Amino acid sequence: MSASTETIERFNEKGYEAGFVTNVEEDRVEPGLNEDTIRFISAKKNEPEWLLEWRLEAYRNWLTMPEPDWQYVHYDPIDFQAISYYSAPKRDEDRPQSLDDIDPEIRETYEKLGIPLYEQEMLAGVANVAVDAVFDSVSVATSYKAKLAEQGIIFCSMSEAVQDHPELVKQYLGTIIPRNDNYFAALNSAVFTDGSFVYIPKGVRCPMELSTYFRINAANTGQFERTLIIAEDSSYVSYLEGCTAPMRDENQLHAAVVELVALDSAEIKYSTVQNWYPGNAQGKGGVYNFVTKRGLCAGDNSKISWTQVETGSAITWKYPSVVMRGDNSVGEFYSVAVTRLRQQADTGTKMIHMGKNTRSTIISKGISAQEGQQVYRGLVRITPTAEDARNYSQCDSMLMGSECGAHTFPYLDVNNATAQLEHEATTSKIGEDQILYCTSRGISAEDAVSLIVNGFCKEVFRELPMEFAVEAQKLLEITLEDSVG
Amino acid sequence: MALLEIRNLHVNVEGAEILKGLNLTIEPGKVQAIMGPNGGGKSTLAKALVGDEAYEVTEGEVLFNGKDLLEMDPEVRAREGVFMGFQYPVEIPGVSNTYFLKAAVNAIRKHHGKDEMDAMEFLELVRERAKRVKLDEGLLQRPVNEGFSGGEKKRNEIFHMSVLEPMLGILDETDSGLDIDALRTVSDGVNAMRDNDRAFLVITHYQRLLDYIVPDVVHVLVDGRIVKTGGKELAKELEQKGYEGFDEAVA
Repeated sequence: MSASTETIERFNEKGYEAGFVTNVEEDRVEPGLNEDTIRFISAKKNEPEWLLEWRLEAYRNWLTMPEPDWQYVHYDPIDFQAISYYSAPKRDEDRPQSLDDIDPEIRETYEKLGIPLYEQEMLAGVANVAVDAVFDSVSVATSYKAKLAEQGIIFCSMSEAVQDHPELVKQYLGTIIPRNDNYFAALNSAVFTDGSFVYIPKGVRCPMELSTYFRINAANTGQFERTLIIAEDSSYVSYLEGCTAPMRDENQLHAAVVELVALDSAEIKYSTVQNWYPGNAQGKGGVYNFVTKRGLCAGDNSKISWTQVETGSAITWKYPSVVMRGDNSVGEFYSVAVTRLRQQADTGTKMIHMGKNTRSTIISKGISAQEGQQVYRGLVRITPTAEDARNYSQCDSMLMGSECGAHTFPYLDVNNATAQLEHEATTSKIGEDQILYCTSRGISAEDAVSLIVNGFCKEVFRELPMEFAVEAQKLLEITLEDSVG
Repeated sequence: MALLEIRNLHVNVEGAEILKGLNLTIEPGKVQAIMGPNGGGKSTLAKALVGDEAYEVTEGEVLFNGKDLLEMDPEVRAREGVFMGFQYPVEIPGVSNTYFLKAAVNAIRKHHGKDEMDAMEFLELVRERAKRVKLDEGLLQRPVNEGFSGGEKKRNEIFHMSVLEPMLGILDETDSGLDIDALRTVSDGVNAMRDNDRAFLVITHYQRLLDYIVPDVVHVLVDGRIVKTGGKELAKELEQKGYEGFDEAVA
């Protein structure tokens, strides 16, 4: 906490007086959004002309779009002119070139958050994790690129991909989530600063879990990551995204876009642990996590699986989705979402069946405590071409206390009579009787709560890679520590 | 020294006084039975001893091994050696029976300054005890009580007790819902644990359980007080005459 506060203060002390938006020498633009802001970002990143035009087109689209209001979350109107759309921790020439160059204070913050960035050995072999850390908007460290490159795997920041692999970026960017898909996706398309890029060549099974930790740290800085993962025929990749942020007192908008493409017989597993600042007990502060995530099973026999553990953010609003276009393709969504304090979440998934024999599974576990409010919203759409499609949905809610809420809005849109859909939903209250049963056997009340909650979430946790599952369980324990009693 | 000493215990449930000055002493190695009509306060006594917050102690004291039991949180009572077999065992979805018991065993061991039990040793213990109470081994890996039949749940309670090895076992109407064979195995499980140190408080509405777990002392609990205490033959008497006479005695 103190380390991160200091980090923030240090950034503030740097004083960004010269705020002329087109000054490419500066590390941070003054708040505000117009075409100049976008030109600045694009110039700063040395982008090709087509990408600048793409951004500007997205921006012009965004200007014409109404801000959505159908969601079951409430917040004061966002002043998009009060947000700064670009900030880098350091000037380009001072940017760390390797893990060792990273500011010790930043590293300390990472370590407090339990991120094994400094653990070179662990990254090397033991845990088999490669890290591409995003600090604010700029990638500061990428490891094991070389090792991955041997197999033709590309794992780099989106900025680097634009420079080094423009043809791939151009081919896929915005094809899964068009730049005018929705209000926040359009905004992201206009102003995205960085993110991750992954390309797995044909027939390659990525030998390690790819991992990116996102972070929001500088004051008044929105984060607009853009992630693109492409899995060629018969390839496999498991990607982990972990998010935590230090205490912040102002609302921060986070509008990321994640696009996945799985070609014939390819499989992408995308896991998220999200723990951004949730705001305080009075509902002040916290991150607005408005994210568009979608995967396309473009090829036959392909599979895309989303697993998310959402414990942070003042507001979580997202629906990681799968479009199953290829025959026999599979979409999965496993989710644990926790809302406590005055957190709000409107989350779920969309499973769009287009190919024959496509199958989807939705397992959603919602936990509400204190004054947390939570919505599961899910769409299962069977298009006329989707012969023999199958879906299984299970939405369970657990309430802790009497001031929280859980709501379920399942939408079904079935246009093919051969479809088979199953939906199960339960709501339970974590019982005093369950806790007493545990304590009467010698287990402490805190351990009882985590035991009960972990049991409730088991079907989701077992989908997470091992190290991540352990972290997620811990996170839940810490999060819910004071929520019962 | 008595293992459990209850003096003038008054307990309220939702504002109504249920126990109205109950006195009871249990010596180590003894089995005491509490019988009585429904609503007399049998289960209230068990819940108050285990530390259920819904049962408010307004007066009196309870000493366990000379220590003030009422001052302890429920988990501390358990770690000190009090066990209650629930009348309605609770389901804990997604938590395996074995995992649950391991957490309990290790919490108790830690309380007594012992190291965690070795995983293999623990598994052996669990299998051996499951066999003793004829608990289907399949139920060891299943979530705690989830989808168990009524009889399996009760058997599971005795199984937990035999693994946790408490000093005092309180059985709250463990016999309800059991057929005669299950009753016999459950009783065998309890009897196998009887020794010179361990005591049991057997709460039951019917006499038949006491044919299998033969008590040293039988108490009759009516309207929040113990109105009669006798030997095992008292249970037979109650079986024939019922509790009506006692009701009048109190009124």
